[in-house]
Parts: sequence; C-alpha cells; structure tokens
Amino acid sequence: MAITSSPTDPAKVSPADVLTVTVNGRPITVPRTQPDWEGRMVPTTMIQACEAAGVTVPHYCYHPRLPVAGNCRMCLVEYGVPALGPDRQPLRNPDGSLIINKSPRPAIACATPVSAGMAIYTDTPNVRAMREGVLEFLLINHPLDCPICDQAGECKLQEYSLEYGQAASRFVETKVHKPKAVDLGPRIMLDDERCILCTRCIRFTRDVVKDDALGIVNRGSYNTIAAYPGRQFDNNYTLNTVDICPVGALTSKDFRFKMRVWFLKETKSVCTSCARGCNTLIGSRENVIYRLTPRDNPEVNQSWMCDFGRLNYKWIGREDRLREVRARGSGNTGWTGALGEIARRLRAAPQGCVALIASARLTNEELYLLGLLARHLGAMTDSIPRTGDFDHILVQADKNPNSAGARLLGLAAEPMGSRLPAIADGIRAGAIRTLLVFGEDVTSRGVNADLLARLETLVVSDVLPNPTTAAAHFLLPGCAAAEKRGSFTNFQGRVQRFPKAVEPPGDARPEAEFLADLVTAVTGQKWPTSIEGLFNHMASSVPAFAGLTWAALGDLGRSVAT
Amino acid sequence: MPAEYRLILKHLDEPGYEPTLACYLRHGGYSVLRRILALEPKVSPEGKTLSPQEQLRQEVSLSGLRGRGGAGFSTGIKWSLVDRKSGKPIYLICNADESEPGTFKDRQIIHKDPHQLLEGMVVSAYANDVHLAYIYIRGEFPQGAKVLNQAISEAKAAGYLGKNILGSGYDLEIYVHRGAGAYICGEETGLIESLEGKRPYPRIKPPYFPAVLGLYQCPTIVNNVETLCAVKHVIEMGGAEYAKLGTPNNTGTRIVSLSGCVWRPGYYEIEVGKATLRDLIFDPAFGGGLRDGRKLKAIIPGGVSAKVFKAGEKVKLKARNADGREVEQEVDVLDLPYDFTSLIAAGSMSGSSAIIVLDDSVDIVEALANISEFFAHESCGQCTPCREGSLWMAKALHRMTHGEGRAMDADYLARIADNIPGGRTICAFGEACSWPVQSFVAKFKEEFVAKGKADEERRSASRQAADVPSAP
Repeated sequence: MAITSSPTDPAKVSPADVLTVTVNGRPITVPRTQPDWEGRMVPTTMIQACEAAGVTVPHYCYHPRLPVAGNCRMCLVEYGVPALGPDRQPLRNPDGSLIINKSPRPAIACATPVSAGMAIYTDTPNVRAMREGVLEFLLINHPLDCPICDQAGECKLQEYSLEYGQAASRFVETKVHKPKAVDLGPRIMLDDERCILCTRCIRFTRDVVKDDALGIVNRGSYNTIAAYPGRQFDNNYTLNTVDICPVGALTSKDFRFKMRVWFLKETKSVCTSCARGCNTLIGSRENVIYRLTPRDNPEVNQSWMCDFGRLNYKWIGREDRLREVRARGSGNTGWTGALGEIARRLRAAPQGCVALIASARLTNEELYLLGLLARHLGAMTDSIPRTGDFDHILVQADKNPNSAGARLLGLAAEPMGSRLPAIADGIRAGAIRTLLVFGEDVTSRGVNADLLARLETLVVSDVLPNPTTAAAHFLLPGCAAAEKRGSFTNFQGRVQRFPKAVEPPGDARPEAEFLADLVTAVTGQKWPTSIEGLFNHMASSVPAFAGLTWAALGDLGRSVAT
Repeated sequence: MPAEYRLILKHLDEPGYEPTLACYLRHGGYSVLRRILALEPKVSPEGKTLSPQEQLRQEVSLSGLRGRGGAGFSTGIKWSLVDRKSGKPIYLICNADESEPGTFKDRQIIHKDPHQLLEGMVVSAYANDVHLAYIYIRGEFPQGAKVLNQAISEAKAAGYLGKNILGSGYDLEIYVHRGAGAYICGEETGLIESLEGKRPYPRIKPPYFPAVLGLYQCPTIVNNVETLCAVKHVIEMGGAEYAKLGTPNNTGTRIVSLSGCVWRPGYYEIEVGKATLRDLIFDPAFGGGLRDGRKLKAIIPGGVSAKVFKAGEKVKLKARNADGREVEQEVDVLDLPYDFTSLIAAGSMSGSSAIIVLDDSVDIVEALANISEFFAHESCGQCTPCREGSLWMAKALHRMTHGEGRAMDADYLARIADNIPGGRTICAFGEACSWPVQSFVAKFKEEFVAKGKADEERRSASRQAADVPSAP
C-alpha cells in the first residue's frame, strides 16, 4: 500500500519543513507533517518514516486511508531520542553521531510521531520477540482453516507467520468459538472466528462511508464484529471491507469459494461504470473474470470503489455476446468483406449524408478515429448521455466512463445528446441515408426502429444484442474494456489507460483495431494501428491532449485541461 | 506508635454524621470554597502577578499531592499539562469508577461525605477554569449515585454549585454519570470514551492525552475521588503545610483498604509512609494480625494488579545514612513504609492502596486463578496482547485448578504473561493482568509445579488403573 506521497520537489521543501531520523541506523529525511487519511496535515509517524527508508513495518490495523486505531500492536518498534546536554543541545559521540537515549518502552509505529534525531529500530531481538508474541496471540483462537479460506494466498496472518510464526503451537486450551458464516448483508459474509478485531471494516464504514453500521459486541477475547442488531450491512461500499480485511473474516458473496487467488492473473484496469474511472485490478483466470478490486490512486479513488462498479463485470462473459460479423444483404462475410463494403459505401456517400452516434463508453483512441471519419464524411455526430444516482464519495451521476473524452474529441454535442433529434429529423427527411452507431442502442433515444428502417446503410458496433444491433446492415462485434487496450478521460479530465485483461469472444475485435483499417480504407490515408501510435497521434493533433504520450500516462493517468 | 491520621475521613464515621448539606456545613463545610472565591490576584516574589487560579494551582503543586487512583502521578503536574491556550472548554472528571479488586475507599467518601467531594471538585474546577464537571461513578454503586445527586441538588439550591456560586460570578455544573459495569472505565481515556457514549476503549497516547485531547477532544482533567478531596485539604492547609504530612515525595494522607485474612479488615487513613506493611497488617490499630493463628503467606500491596510480595521476602531499598550517602539496605517486605516510592522500589506498587493479605490456608494457584478470571472478564479486547493473553492465562489457571495441571504450566504461564506488559498494550491493563501472573509464578513457582506434578501423577495413575496405554 502506497503511503500518501510526501513533497517530492526538493526545491519546494525548506529545511524547516523536514527532519532527519534514523531507521536501523540509516538516516532518512522526512517531511515534518504529512496528510492524514482526511488530508489534514499531521506530524509524520514512525511507520511513514520507515516506509520512506524502505523498511516495511508489519501491521494489521494500520491503513493509510483510515484513522489510526493502534490496536493490533504488530507495528511495535523500539526507538530512542537524542540525549540533551544542560544547554538543551544534543550530545554527540566522538564521531559526531548523536547520543541516543533509548526508550525503555516500545512504541506503535503507526501512531507515534517522529522527532528530529529520533532513532527507530525495527530489527532488534526485542522487536522480533514482540512481533512473535503478537502473532501468537492472534493465532491461538484463530481456526487455522487456511485450506478452505478465501483469503489464503493474500492473508496477512499467513504472510507474517512465515516471518514471525512458530512451527509448533503451545496453546493447549480450548479455543474461543464465535459465529461463523454470518450473513452480514447482501454482499458480505463474516466469519467471526477468523477476525483479528483490527476494526478496519468498522473505521472504513463509519469514517469513510459515514454509515455507522458495524461495531463490536461482547468483551475481551469474546469481542465480535457485528452489524447493528436487526440491520443489514448494506451500502454501496461494503465490498471494500473485504479488501481491507487483512484476514479471511469478511468475504465477498460474489467471489467466495470461486477461485484460489494465486491462480488469478491481475490486470490493472479502470472501472467503466461511471465517469469517476476508479482504478481497478481485474482478477481473471483462463479468460474468465472472477473479480474486480480497487487499485490505489490518490487522485481518483484512493483505495476504494463502489459495490455496483465492482460487480458490474458479469455481462462480459454473457452467452449472448455478439461474436460474429454480420453483413446483411451482402455477399461479403467476415471482417475483410464487411469492412471493405462499409468503406465502399462510405466513400460513395455524399457529404452530410452520414451521421455518427458514438458512445461515451468508447475509448479516447476509438473516439479519435471515429472523429476523423466523421470529419472526412462531414457527418453529424453525438453521444448519448447516461445519468443516475451519485454520492459524495466516488459515484458520479454521469454513468459514461468517457464523457470528457467524447467532448474533447468533438463527438458529443453540448449538452451531450442534444443533436440526437436533429439526426432523427435528418433520417426522417431522408437527408441522412447512412448511420454509424458505436456502442449504443439508439432506439430508446428517439431514433426508433422505424427510422432505422429508412436508412440505406446502418453500421452498428456493439458487444451485446439490442434493437439497434438487430436492425443493423453491418454488425461489427466489439469488445468490453477488459478485452482491449485504450484510455478514458474521467470527469476530472484525467486520462487513464488500461491494458487488456481477457480475450474477446468469437470474432469480436477491439474497435480501435478495425476502425483504423476502416478509416484508412475510407480516407486513403494511413493511420496508426497500434494503441500507442493512435494515442500519440491524437495527442499531437488534438490540443486538449497536447503534451501527453501513452507511455507517460503510467498506471495512474495524467490530467488534461477540460 | 503507628496510628490513623484522619483528614479526609475526619468526620464521616462520627456518630450522627450524615451525608447532608446541613451536617457538612455544621462541620465547617464549604468554608474553603468561600475563601477561594474571595481570592485576589497576588504578586509573586518574582514580580509576576498570579491570578487566584494560578495561586491555587501553585498550592497544589507545592503540596506534592500524588494521584490516589492508582498511578500516583503528581496532581500538580497533571494540572500543569492542561492545554489552557486552545480556546476550548476545560473539563474536570471525577473518576469514581472504583473497581480495582480490594479497593473500597472512595465509596466511603461518596456514601458518607458527598459534600466533601463536591467541595473538592468545585475548588479544583475553579482552579482550572472549569465550568462543567462530571462524576463518573461505576454502575455497581447505584446508592452512591443517588447520594451524589441528592448532594448536588442540595448544593445547587444553597448556591454552592450551579450558576453564580455564592455570588462570585463563577458557574459550575456537576453531572453524575453512571457506568455500566466495566473495570476498564476506570482507565481515564476509557472513561472519557464511555462518557462520550462509546465503548470504553482506551485511547492511544499519543495523541490523545486527556490534558490536550480529552473529553469531546477538549482539555480534560481526570482525578480520583480521594485526590479531589485531598485538594480541598491542600487548599485549606496550604500546600507547604500539607506537604509536611507523610514523607518527602509521598506527602499527605492516604486511605488504605485492608482486606483478606486479618482480624480487622477495613479502611484506614494514614500519613503516607508513616506506617509499614507490618503495622498495617499486625498492629491492633489496623489489621490486628492474622486470624486463627494462621501464618502470613503473601501480601498483594496495591490492588490485585500489583505484584505480590511473598512473606519473608527481602527487598533492597536505597536509603541515606547519617552522613547523607546513599546506601542499599535490605529490608523485609513487612518493613516497607507504605508509600508510593518504596513499594515501586521494591518491585510492586501501592496502586489504589488496597492491601490484600493471604495466609497459609490460601491455595496460591486458586488465588491467581481468581485474579486472572477477573482480568479476562474485564479486558476490553481492543488490543491484541491483553485481549488474547488475559483469557489464555485465565483458561490455563482454570485448567490448573480443575485437576488438569501440568508441571510445565508455571513456565507456560510466565511465557504468556511476558508477552503482555511493558508498553505492548494501549493502556496499563496489560500490566495489570500480567503482573500478578508474573509475580505469583516467580515467587511461588514450587507450588505451581507441585500442583501440576500432582495432577500429572494422578492422571497417570488413573490411566494405569483403567489399563489405558499412555500416549507415546
């Protein structure tokens, strides 16, 4: 987990803003204050200083995006502060190093602020003994059911057992038994025996989601996490508690017992369920997606994502996905034939007789190519607005992942969708004879089946069947974002790229790939076929994207002026 | 000749003394309050003008008064740490969650002389610019809460509390808040959480030092019942005069709760350090010796969380001889003066000043099992070592007292206990639950081993009798 970044520009850091401590004897200079989970500037803690020094302090309850609890005691370290002389100046050894007064008591690294000259020790025999002691305590009442536990493979108890565990147990008493398979809410199961009571789930739900749904009942070793009696644990962020649960106590009803995590291939991706564009990891195996989990991005989603977005992946594997290229009333079949025929018709189409409706769920690269095509054909274009509920945490009212891209690339009208009536009128009047629809069902948006039937040519690309795809003369099966590469521009104007996680079904092809062929065939100009090439071309010709390169987007994206 | 020195307990056991305002006033009550409200700013010898509040705090510092709750922290220093520049209100909380097993001193004051506590609180509140104070009383003291509420309404009606106290313009409200039955509510930050309506999970320090971030994140002073009463006497006598009571660094008087196998268990107020453990246990003025001709076996000197002393145990104390040099002196534990520093130097503590005397009829393993069961039941469960360790020790001791002991259990227990204290836990409960185990096992190891061995032999014999092959 990345610690919230410290000021990195050395020119901006004045000596008064930093202090130097040593971690296991190595000096490290850290800022005096750093943002806490709410972004308030608070004194830098030992664990942050250690992280800066490249020393990981084991921990369970600490999470950089939650208020500090300090309850697991796994991050206990030894430390000392400089000895002061009568003049209140630090005393030094003959070699100039500070004389350190070692504290007789350890401190929790997660909550203890650093001070100038402080020496932190994370690798002494005492520290090791304390970690072993804490781990033993955590395990005595733990069911040790790793073979059937979903957390196995990504469990902090397992991880630290490797380093601080004991081969044999000396616990000969009866274990505490607690509720198992507790149905906490519609998406969450709880095994209280596996719980180590770190309270991450409680703090996340109370402090981040502002839903005081979880708490602890009973006392001492019988402490038990529970939802408020008679109430379901049900908000749009519950599944984040499964991510932050360091053990197998909280499990996702959607994912539990489906797949061992070590078989999952994790692909960095971006959620497509709203304009936020939460950074995600797609967990897949043999071309099947098993889960989405949030990926930390301090600028976009911190460490979280909503339950709706997380579970909005099942359509990708639907049986009725579009898998075949269809060219109705034409002898040409397959991609080559269909694209050749579409290109022929578009080349022959008079200026202004073509309209294009491009979904704001397409990538920047796809929209860029469609924009080139539209300009070449003098086509009227628009996108389809899609709105819904929003909250003050992550969820945006705009449900398109790339509305900003559709605007910046000139495809969407302002406001989005306002040119749809004109397109409908054009078809009705016979002025528009050819319609290209990419990724939308336009029949519910004022361009109904009767209008579509009037067209000479209807080219539709989509991933799932709908009335528009049914009416298409040319149907080009496209890809879900997880099946292709590309980038989206989110509501903040942040351009975020994503690689391919799984293969598309049947003959489906990434839109950018066949669009590049089509645009080349229609315009007679050669366009880059690689996503990198397309993106860089777009960045050099569309002012809004000026200065960006595919490579520079990195994993966390870059901002453009919106 | 050691004797009681009744300062706080002066009147409350006198025949006819009642917990009423009228009775308190007859005995000179609220005269200290009258005096302090009339205080004027004064110029100190250094030329600094001291406000009445600063003068009062100075007297408390001068008195050397140490907290009577258990930790023995200097009251003057505690008050001096309060953040007075934050602009936030300062709260005073009276910790009346007296729950350390063996301790029954605060309840005497609450039940029999509530106005003395109230006066001590008004004085302390005035000295710290407090306008809202709470008495957090344990849930098991319903009568105490009733008495206090009655006293508060009497005091308010008579102008000793509430708005514009005795016409001085000073306002103070005191509310009684009842706990719900948890030992951990006596830990000051756990108490504050409980008062805020939450689970009494002690807070992590740093950053939540009550003097800075206490009740409702405001500066807060938490003092014990007896401490607040002592403040009244400090102000009445003057800090320097109060400091003449007791011994240096262990000033004033303390109420000792004496229980266990003695003839005269009860509460006794002494000058701190002016009586030894031997006096308190054997002197006719105090415990009067062991009952039924029994022999002394062990002393728990400061509530059950204090480390036990074994009868005949010798401890080394530092003392100054005639020419002022520091020398190490070996003394019998019974000859330890009952004060803060000597008991800490001897490896234990006076804690809540509750002395529990165990005689030779006591099974030491049973005694420890009883103590450990208490701590396992009272651990709040917030942090790992205490939550898991306290119950583990209690279960092991339960097993040992139910015929399932092992000779190795003494080491087993000690190793569990060693992983709990020393700053590994959020609050001092970690020490409280592990110190008795560490000290009982260390000092009475042979009894633990013998009991375990006897169990092993008995089990082995019964296996043979049943012709069950023993495990390889």
